[in-house]
Amino acid sequence: MSFDGAAVRGQFPILAEMIDGKPVHYLDNGASAQTPDAVLDAVRTYETTGRANVLRGVHRLAERATDAYENARVDVAAFLGVPPLEVVFTGGCTAAINLVAYSYGSLLKPGDRILLSELEHHSNIVPWQMLRSRAGIELDMIPVTLDGRIDLDKLPGLLSPRTKLISLAHVSNVTGAMVDVGAVVAAARTVGARVMLDGAQRAPHGPIDLAALGVDFYVFAGHKSYGPNGIGVLWAKAELLEAMPPFMGGGSMIGRVTLAETTWAPPPRRFEAGTPPIGPAIGLGAACKWMMALDWTGAHAHEMTMVQQLMDGLQKIDGTRIFGPAGLQNRYPVVSFMLDGVHPHDVAQTLDSFGVAVRAGHHCAQPLMDRFDLDGTTRVSMAPYNDRTDIDALLTGVRHAARTLR
Amino acid sequence: MSDQLYQDRIVALAKARTGAGKLAAPTKSVRRDNPLCGDRVTIDVLLDGQGRIAEIAHQVRGCLLCQASASALAAAAVGRDAAGIAEMRHDAERAIGRAEGNAAEPFSAFIPVKAHKARHECVLLPFEALKDALS
Ligand SMILES: Cc1ncc(COP(=O)(O)O)c(C=O)c1O
Repeated sequence: MSFDGAAVRGQFPILAEMIDGKPVHYLDNGASAQTPDAVLDAVRTYETTGRANVLRGVHRLAERATDAYENARVDVAAFLGVPPLEVVFTGGCTAAINLVAYSYGSLLKPGDRILLSELEHHSNIVPWQMLRSRAGIELDMIPVTLDGRIDLDKLPGLLSPRTKLISLAHVSNVTGAMVDVGAVVAAARTVGARVMLDGAQRAPHGPIDLAALGVDFYVFAGHKSYGPNGIGVLWAKAELLEAMPPFMGGGSMIGRVTLAETTWAPPPRRFEAGTPPIGPAIGLGAACKWMMALDWTGAHAHEMTMVQQLMDGLQKIDGTRIFGPAGLQNRYPVVSFMLDGVHPHDVAQTLDSFGVAVRAGHHCAQPLMDRFDLDGTTRVSMAPYNDRTDIDALLTGVRHAARTLR
Repeated sequence: MSDQLYQDRIVALAKARTGAGKLAAPTKSVRRDNPLCGDRVTIDVLLDGQGRIAEIAHQVRGCLLCQASASALAAAAVGRDAAGIAEMRHDAERAIGRAEGNAAEPFSAFIPVKAHKARHECVLLPFEALKDALS
């Protein structure tokens, strides 16, 4: 297995799409990645040869659908290095975090504490604030260093015997920094707290060995990991899922329903009430398989070469500042920058006219923006199918914005 | 290349920063945020006895379009009351294609924004803040 960027690129039909007669330089993968033929084919196969509801039918199509759905769970589990019955399909990453906040949250007592960080995505802040209003738990926040990392030196001082959960972004969607999971897990153990990682920005960059990481909950989104929209994953240790009450009630999640009382199905079905997003789950299974077949040593090196090219290029443009780690260690290919005197939205709009797609603004991390008094950043987020021509086009656009807009 | 959005007139309006700053003793000061993009506008007004704007100032933490709009608004707002400002807003809406008819100066500068739906609110945000300040 060796990494061939052009061959990877060729598997993504949308990357051949022309806008205004030019190919798109897609550098907004952190918002949504693109989807390869393998995923499109898997979804189409389900829709054209096996479409039916799952679990409820005895006919052949229902059996095909159920098999494909459960096989997708096996593929996702392999990608995460965990048993399939610990994998819960949800409507997305946000839905998965809300599930934990509601369901695991219902096991907490007033005065229990949850520890987050200042760089979290709103989806790893707001569900906990809602739990705080509902259940009287308390929230603590780990500060962020000047180079955009969760400041783990501050972690021990924020722990207390009442800390029940530490929930952090595995990789920041703003700065690309990866948290030192080993240090977080070790600290959590000193007070018996659980650890959850928001893997939305880590999962798109290759298989994860959750057993080795030693965390308790993991969540990620299908659409950022080359899969379809409308699907996400919650993984949790079996003993935790076992102890957690359901989040939503309905069909498929029950043991036995009488009008007086209902018993719950065992996990993962307990957490998959109603007809699940079957096609999207099958697509995500295919995406995980596709990722597992890629040479990630090569792909990661390729991604980091682009990060270096980008940082070198930006540094040559007067008045640019990078918000995030300056080096390539413990980071993934998400790079935020500011261009002095030009608002990030104007940078992004100018880049669009050069055929370059990026994201600008607060990236659903307003507390982080407030902390550093930023109006927002322009964010470049890369995938293995990007190459240096994408970065070259971006740098040309940034130089143009610097020349014309200030 | 199709970067016709940032035409010279819009850039010039933004750079002019007409009315940028604060008033020492405003009758009213109102802040408006756009929750989607994070743009933030604060408008100070000093009103005369008839509810007309005697002085206006703005602080914008936002994009060039929002700055240009606040600048154009400040240049044309003095002497107008709420109804007069509503007329100006109508002009801005004409420029970006939200209302029928031709936009008059200075808001005709915003015609290039018409094609960029996601940016319409950037132009209208200063008007939202001023409307609150006059109500
Ligand atoms: C770090 C992080 N967490 C959570 C999310 C939420 O993902 P989704 O909107 O797909 O549920 C995102 C996506 O923007 C993210 O980047």
